[in-house]
Amino acid sequence: MNKQEFTITVYTENHIGLLVRIATMFSRRKINIESLNTSPSEAEGIHRFTIVINEFEEVVRKLARQIEKQVEVLKAYYNTNDEIIWQELALYKVSTDEIAEKAQVERLLREHGARAVVIRKDYTIFETSGHREETDNLVAVLAPFGLIEFVRSARVAIIKASHGFHEKLKEFEEAQPGEEQIENEFLDKQDEIFTM
Amino acid sequence: MATTDISAATETTATKTISGSQAVLEAFIAEGVDTIFGYPGGAIMPIYDALYDYHDQLKHILVRHEQGGIHAGQGYARSSGKCGVVFATSGPGATNLVTGLADAMIDSTPLVCITGQVYAHLLGTDAFQEIDVINITTPVTKWNYQVTDATELPAVLAKAFYIAKTGRPGPVLIDITKNAQLQQFEYAGYTPCKHIRSYRPKPIVRKEYIEDAAAIINQAEKPFVIFGQGVILGKAEKEFKAFIEKAGIPAAWTIMGLSALPTDHPLNMGMLGMHGNYGPNVLTNDCDVLIAIGMRFDDRVTGRLDKYAKQAKVIHLDIDPSEIDKNVKATVGVWGDCKETLPMLTKLVESKVYPQWVSKFKSYQEEELKEVIHEELNPSTNILTMGEVIRNLNELTGGDAIIVTDVGQHQMVACRYAKFNQSKSNITSGGLGTMGFALPAAIGAKFGAPDRTVVAIIGDGGVQMTIQELGTIMQSEVDVKILILNNEFLGMVRQWQQLFHDKRYSFVDIASPDYIALAKAYKIEGQKVIERSDLRGAIDTMLNHKGSYLLEVMVGKENNVFPMVPQGCSVSEIRLK
Repeated sequence: MNKQEFTITVYTENHIGLLVRIATMFSRRKINIESLNTSPSEAEGIHRFTIVINEFEEVVRKLARQIEKQVEVLKAYYNTNDEIIWQELALYKVSTDEIAEKAQVERLLREHGARAVVIRKDYTIFETSGHREETDNLVAVLAPFGLIEFVRSARVAIIKASHGFHEKLKEFEEAQPGEEQIENEFLDKQDEIFTM
Repeated sequence: MATTDISAATETTATKTISGSQAVLEAFIAEGVDTIFGYPGGAIMPIYDALYDYHDQLKHILVRHEQGGIHAGQGYARSSGKCGVVFATSGPGATNLVTGLADAMIDSTPLVCITGQVYAHLLGTDAFQEIDVINITTPVTKWNYQVTDATELPAVLAKAFYIAKTGRPGPVLIDITKNAQLQQFEYAGYTPCKHIRSYRPKPIVRKEYIEDAAAIINQAEKPFVIFGQGVILGKAEKEFKAFIEKAGIPAAWTIMGLSALPTDHPLNMGMLGMHGNYGPNVLTNDCDVLIAIGMRFDDRVTGRLDKYAKQAKVIHLDIDPSEIDKNVKATVGVWGDCKETLPMLTKLVESKVYPQWVSKFKSYQEEELKEVIHEELNPSTNILTMGEVIRNLNELTGGDAIIVTDVGQHQMVACRYAKFNQSKSNITSGGLGTMGFALPAAIGAKFGAPDRTVVAIIGDGGVQMTIQELGTIMQSEVDVKILILNNEFLGMVRQWQQLFHDKRYSFVDIASPDYIALAKAYKIEGQKVIERSDLRGAIDTMLNHKGSYLLEVMVGKENNVFPMVPQGCSVSEIRLK
């Protein structure tokens, strides 16, 4: 058995500090997180982490169980790449002159399915979404033409066989709605509060 | 929200205005807390101010160091089966809790720790005694939470106690900013927490796994039960005994499971692991079915994993699903509270005896007795051994005392030889191996079980790590018997240096103060024993003394603990010398 890419999907409460609690599960074992995304889920009040790591399945299985053990975690799944549909979003900033002058660039952008988000006199920003290799390919292709800036988002993934759980999740949130998170409301009130 | 919840809340009391600090103490009273171990400081002063008015309901033990406070809380929880409660201030007060939190985390001890914190508007400003305690303690707590608004306190504390005590217990830390402690708010009474939607402390037991497990056990010819603290934490000592008695299966314990089964029980085969008994270790690799109950296959128990019980079918009962298959792959994993799963299993197993199999344990026991135990308990030389001290102690207490141990050689000897008649009697730092644990834990243990004799057995290294707690003993007048086994070495490290580092004794010869004079300075009586002829009388004096007593026994400097499973070896490669 070799190390391979796994996507861990974690359904949680929206709780301050939970990101650290989950992140320490990986850092404790000296595992590098390849990508991490947090977002709401389809059920209101339930949060979703999507974490990508390269590891042995045995290690991932134990990790998922220990993540699931955390008080604010509802469920943790892990999947190989063929069990999920995933995308990453990438943004590319290129000099507008370069594109205007070189027809080749325009062709390349078309081939890679890039879409212009902003067009200004000095630069243009394109976006693509796809798998890592696809966005990486476009970086390589654009490099000779002066790629000014590049950024890629974390992976977001949908589990192919998730129907059962999603139904349950919705019912669950309906029956037992989550609590609102109370944040520190005093941080900007330094002058109003007397301290010693 | 369901309407029933609202009516239940309004029924309790009409609202009244109280401070956040009062809400903390009201929660304690509602949760049945009677003792708090703590140390005040700037950021927790409002809570201490409120405590002034609650001192007739809540006993506060002023410790000498926050680490002492949390170990005392652990000792209290372990001897009473209740939740320990600890106070510390922000900054250094909070960081001093970390060792105890880690110890409680790995040994599954229920604790609720309250730390004071700077005002909420100062968070993140490097204010005086400000530290990010939530992030420091995240890996060593089952749950932690910071409160900046007093209205949250009743619900958060209810959650804290619920999480600490249920499922696999553990430490919870609540960090409360000073403004929240001072804040006056409308208090509608305290409602204990019974449910958190994302938290499943124990599952509904799946019957088919019980059936699978029973079928395997009923087919077994050489079954072997190994058990840990889960039996004690699950308050399932009776259910456990009923199970092994009906199934007729010999059982051995991890040091965290010690005292769950009386020492004299005919099916008690002794201790597992690195310094455990000969039979249980060797026969782990001979049994055909290994039934693990409420234990987590720690490396000190299993030795080399790839040579551990490979021949056996493994049945693993645990309340924590992440323990099943973690270190040892289970043929059948039974996820559940052993208080529920054991009776279900007992019902399905056939009533049996395994005289031949049990006699195999006995024959190993005889060999160990001849090679190791006899000389340790009845030495032929003039040099005192730790084992004979424990033997004398057993004879004088009859096995009714709570034994609190520190970490090292004395701990292994005490766990190997101490006699126990009842559960929750062995209190030690198992998973973390925290030197300095015993003295403060013994203080807490006595408060948790005031009617029992508490003997803290401590080495000359560990006792010097938290010796300041003699001050706590003096002031609180708690009755703790302190038995220092002094070999003038950091003995366990020295043993390893002798066996594995060519006797290069690198910084293990540790000097001791005059413990008797030191105890006297703290108004604690004591004596030092050098000769065997004085030993028994001195132990007797200690046990019968009214109040705390310190007994120092000078034992052999270079005695080793055997048997031993050397690191990297299989349990069946255990050495008798």
